[in-house]
Amino acid sequence: MDIYSYSFLILLLPALSFVILALAGMKMSHKTAGLIGTTSLGLVTVLSYLTAFAYFGGDRLANGTFPTLVPYNFTWLPLGNLHFDMGILLDPISVMMLIVISTVSFMVHVYSFGYMHGEKGFQRYYAFLSLFTMSMLGLVLATNIFQMYTFWELVGVSSYLLIGFYYPLKPAIAASKKAFIVTRFADMFFLIGILLFGFYSGTFSFDFTVEGSVREYAGAAFVLPTALVLMFIGGAGKSAMFPLHIWLPDAMEGPTPVSALIHAATMVVAGVFQIARMFPLWINYAPSSLSIVVWVGVFTAFYAAAVACAQSDIKRVLAFSTISQIAFMMVALGVCLPGHHGAVLDNHAQLGYMASMFHLFTHAMFKACLFLGAGCIIHAVHSNEMSMMGGLRKYMPITHITFLISCLAIAGIPPFSGFFSKDEILTACMQYSPVCGWIMTGVAAMTAFYMFRLYYGIFWGTENKEAHAHHTPHEAPWTMTFPLIFLSVVTCLCGFLPFGHFVSASGQAYDIHLDWTVAGTSIVIAVCSICLATYIYKGESQPVADRLLKTFPRLHQAAYKRFYQDEIWQYVTHRIIFRCISKPVAWFDRHVVDGTFNFLAWGANEAGESLRPWQSGDVRQYAVWFLTGTVALTLVLLAV
Amino acid sequence: MIMFCILAVVILGSAVMCVTTTRIMRAATFMLFVLFGVAGLYFLLDYTYLGAAQISVYAGGVTMIYVFAIQLVSKRTLQGLTERIKCSRAIWGGLLAVIGCATVVLVLLKNQFLFVGNAVPDAELPMKTIGKALVGSGRYEYVLAFEFISLFLLACIIGGLVVSRKEEEK
Amino acid sequence: MVPVECYFVLSALLFFIGVFGFVTRRNLIAMLISVELVLNAVDLNFAAFNRLLFPGSMEGMFMTLFSIGVSAAESAVAIAIIINVYRNFHSDSVDSITEMKW
Repeated sequence: MDIYSYSFLILLLPALSFVILALAGMKMSHKTAGLIGTTSLGLVTVLSYLTAFAYFGGDRLANGTFPTLVPYNFTWLPLGNLHFDMGILLDPISVMMLIVISTVSFMVHVYSFGYMHGEKGFQRYYAFLSLFTMSMLGLVLATNIFQMYTFWELVGVSSYLLIGFYYPLKPAIAASKKAFIVTRFADMFFLIGILLFGFYSGTFSFDFTVEGSVREYAGAAFVLPTALVLMFIGGAGKSAMFPLHIWLPDAMEGPTPVSALIHAATMVVAGVFQIARMFPLWINYAPSSLSIVVWVGVFTAFYAAAVACAQSDIKRVLAFSTISQIAFMMVALGVCLPGHHGAVLDNHAQLGYMASMFHLFTHAMFKACLFLGAGCIIHAVHSNEMSMMGGLRKYMPITHITFLISCLAIAGIPPFSGFFSKDEILTACMQYSPVCGWIMTGVAAMTAFYMFRLYYGIFWGTENKEAHAHHTPHEAPWTMTFPLIFLSVVTCLCGFLPFGHFVSASGQAYDIHLDWTVAGTSIVIAVCSICLATYIYKGESQPVADRLLKTFPRLHQAAYKRFYQDEIWQYVTHRIIFRCISKPVAWFDRHVVDGTFNFLAWGANEAGESLRPWQSGDVRQYAVWFLTGTVALTLVLLAV
Repeated sequence: MIMFCILAVVILGSAVMCVTTTRIMRAATFMLFVLFGVAGLYFLLDYTYLGAAQISVYAGGVTMIYVFAIQLVSKRTLQGLTERIKCSRAIWGGLLAVIGCATVVLVLLKNQFLFVGNAVPDAELPMKTIGKALVGSGRYEYVLAFEFISLFLLACIIGGLVVSRKEEEK
Repeated sequence: MVPVECYFVLSALLFFIGVFGFVTRRNLIAMLISVELVLNAVDLNFAAFNRLLFPGSMEGMFMTLFSIGVSAAESAVAIAIIINVYRNFHSDSVDSITEMKW
């Protein structure tokens, strides 16, 4: 049997591990539960790598693209013309995502051994991690949009369960509810988009391209762009685009490895993945709608970077950094233009597709490394705030080095991977529109700036001696440092992957060549930002920072409060939705709908009460009724 | 025929008075008249034995029971206890009776009865036949019913005694 | 000869007068008297039908005979019950028997 027939194990193993841990987890010791979860993930990782080797090492089709393999696909719910299928689809981006998800998940499983050591609910944690991994894998392996939606919701549920892991704490519960409700709200649009798409095209499946060219659909002119934009809104909710980003910073209430897995590397890229999946449709039928994607992404990137510059909680900084980087990926997808020379899918005009996927890959690696490093730091100083940190480089060398490598990667310094992927994005942006390109370059500079602000704030600067008096921060155990090392090694190396060979818009191999104008500019700007950050934040005391704070107090306050987005949303929901929509509906439900049934019940009760006196105990009345009945019966029988 | 009409008038008149009078004692008296009238009708039908039985058992025995019962139960009977008859109840009862009667009569009159009465001469049923039928065990004879009814009467008497026995003083 | 319809109408009238009395009266004994009227009507009916429609057989007569006997017995038992009721409720009105429910 070839390796592809084992691909169902990729989904089955985490599902089994979830079931076992969920049902029998409490009876096992922590170690057993952790081992079960980690082992199954390890097997999944091995399988994913084998599948990837087989797929990318295998033969290409005649037109130079990788074949789209569907090892399994069965009809789950037939509904007349349409049918919901469940299956496994292997094509370049899904195999790439397999590698990303399984690697990061495996690292997180190993890391959690150390981080969650001694925590109550350890087994539950591993159960939910398995559930999440299975859902995410199912999402990327989906053969049709409805299956993707099903697993999309499952991912949302797993995220809810994991964010709310510390459920005795109120902020955790609030954060988990917020995440679920916001993404669910966005998913409403996603569902409408799916239904429109399914109705007009007659199928839900992803086989858009036939013989290399995109299929024709009925109703394409108006309906398909609308459906695609609606689906994008759903993806924007999941991927934390403005203004649906509000859940992601709060989601940091969950344990840090969860943040690393879900909110940095995998779940939040689901929206990007969705657009990449539907990409042939976007390019062929809705190329102008891509500009919506672009500008939403640009604005989000800028906004998130601005807010990140003023946050003091290290996880929040990383969260906003994630929002910003995902916006980069969205922009990259959006700046693709339809191809020339008759072919719709053109690698040159659609450089952004490849760049976006490349950045997804590299970002997952270095962002997970950053989060896990942040976890080590939090584990050491028992606090998220930057004020409790400082000067930690003496105590935590491994964490320090890996964190530094990842910061350099995210800032876009060669030879780390972030440089390559970000550079491709910037090239694509410049190709689309210089305005867009320069804004994104500016955001890249801000990225470098706030990441190094964070870095200096943690590892350099004044030590917080009072906090350290109680117990000295120490390096994390090997279960926590091993993933850091692994991920940072990957970050160093994967920049040199010839990514375009594997993943590209048309599927044919594409050689990445660096445009040295753009690359040079971005390196220069990044280095300048780093120097600026060093100048402001490195020293023991930070006079420049304090002066800036005094000069722009309100700006800083606004940035710190994320430009009051949460307050705006609260206003919208409470004043507008609750008062104007929910209250009348609730009134209707309580008085009209319930009222009808209450009335029926009242009627039945009254009828019963009125019949009750018939059983009066009065003999004579019984006699009367008896006789009346007899006479009436006789009459009836006579009449009949 | 004339005899029949007289008896009919007596019966109906007494019956109506019986149910509408307020004094119970008078009701019992009117019932007695009704019973005598019915006995008369039996004689008219040449059932002398039946008529005799009616007078002795019904008019004699049952009426005595009723009179004694009235005296035992109501303290003020002999002073002329009156009973108010509720108007609504009366109307309802009247309606019921009228409708029922109308139904029955209509059914009857729609039916064709074979009138065979003239076949048998006006002779009374001989006592010998009755007696033989009563204790005979042939096909149309009534020994079983006879024995049963004697047992039944016994049971009723005993039952009546038991039911009306005064409870032991505790 | 008196036609059978006359007997029938007479007995029907007597029957429903008895019914009326039973429904209307409040005194227990008066109700029983009305029942007696009903029974008598029925007896008359049986006897008349036997004599005028089926003179050869005797079923109707014996039915009547036994009915008379049974009514006498039944009156006795009913009176016994009424006496019991009177002892317990100290009233001879049918309205005092109000607990025949549940």
